[in-house]
Amino acid sequence: MAAELHVELVAADRQVWSGEATLVVARTTSGDIGVMPGHQPLLGVLESGPVTIRTSDGGTVVAAVHGGFVSFADNKLSLLAEIAELSDEIDVQRTERELEQAKAEGDAAAERRADVRLRAATAR
Amino acid sequence: MGAQLRVYKRRIRSVTATKKITKAMEMIAASRVVKAQRKVAASTPYAQELTRAVTAVGTGSNTKHPLTTETENPTRAAVLLLTSDRGLAGAFNSNAIKAAEQLTARLEREGRQVDTYIVGRRGVAHYNFRERAIAQSWSGFTDEPTYADAKKVAAPLIEAIEKDTAEGGVDELHIVFTEFVSMMTQTALDARLLPLRLEEVAEEAKPQGEILPLFDFEPSAEDVLDALLPRYVESRIYNALLQSAASKHAATRRAMKSATDNAGELINTLSRLANAARQAEITQEISEIVGGASALADATAGSDR
Repeated sequence: MAAELHVELVAADRQVWSGEATLVVARTTSGDIGVMPGHQPLLGVLESGPVTIRTSDGGTVVAAVHGGFVSFADNKLSLLAEIAELSDEIDVQRTERELEQAKAEGDAAAERRADVRLRAATAR
Repeated sequence: MGAQLRVYKRRIRSVTATKKITKAMEMIAASRVVKAQRKVAASTPYAQELTRAVTAVGTGSNTKHPLTTETENPTRAAVLLLTSDRGLAGAFNSNAIKAAEQLTARLEREGRQVDTYIVGRRGVAHYNFRERAIAQSWSGFTDEPTYADAKKVAAPLIEAIEKDTAEGGVDELHIVFTEFVSMMTQTALDARLLPLRLEEVAEEAKPQGEILPLFDFEPSAEDVLDALLPRYVESRIYNALLQSAASKHAATRRAMKSATDNAGELINTLSRLANAARQAEITQEISEIVGGASALADATAGSDR
């Protein structure tokens, strides 16, 4: 059996996903970081971006994460996000509308959020 | 029907209607308590992980941050008071307000100037009526607060604490909210949120004396702390908002339950009175008939001769 790490993806108001994984890729402020079992203890600041979790049964879970932290210790990885959505929770059409609206209003933050969501939804 | 009986009947009808309303409100509040409790539970994992992370940075590095450094002699403090938008919750709001007033008085005795921040229309109304200054207030979300609301509340507070005291900033942040102990017990309490005592946070995070590993900070300990502490404050405020909402619903439920009970009792008393009035009426009618009949009998007996 391949080495595993335990992942908890929690948003401010709920637990989004938890389970075993072999690889987690997240975007920190200083670039993408991949965490595999046995990684050195780590605490980083997340940027809004997609988080990819390769689960131990071979599947892939993608989530759009907006702001938050990643912490890894004792083979336990916690992803804390203010807002986190799994890719299959994302309504693509609505997000596209939001993206257009954000572009029209010149709201850079909203545009980025919608963009991240869309990318997470299409990476399924 | 006699006038008195009619009055009783009318009052019974009106009390019955009131009882139905309070009963409905009681049941709505009961279902909302459960929902609010669930929200408190759902927010716990995030709060726990965040506390762990704060402890990790706090103990793993010697970084200084405005949110964790104690001022030598604090001169200004901010008090955040959480009340509800609507009343009908027994002593819920007045208890919270009383706790805030005691805290304010204590801080002022210690020589601090107090800025008051209020969540909820009830608290705002109380302070406005007494013409006390409010630094800032929010309302409209106390029944079901979301994380976005907590962020909205936290933003100006964090800004105030990061500013220099001379420029209108504050040295300390206290929060007054109603803790949800159980369905029957909710206590208004005050807590100092900032500056953060890292040792206390650490104690909360690992009661079993677990040793935290040496973390690698990405990008650096300062940056992580910079990003982490405001989130920690937000999450604490979010938790307080949720507990306050749950407490409010529990208080409403209790207040409405006693209102329903009282209405039931009143209906009982009124029906007894109405019964007595009806009985008195009947008795009177009978004695009138008997009196009339015997008067008639006497009259005919006299004319027989």
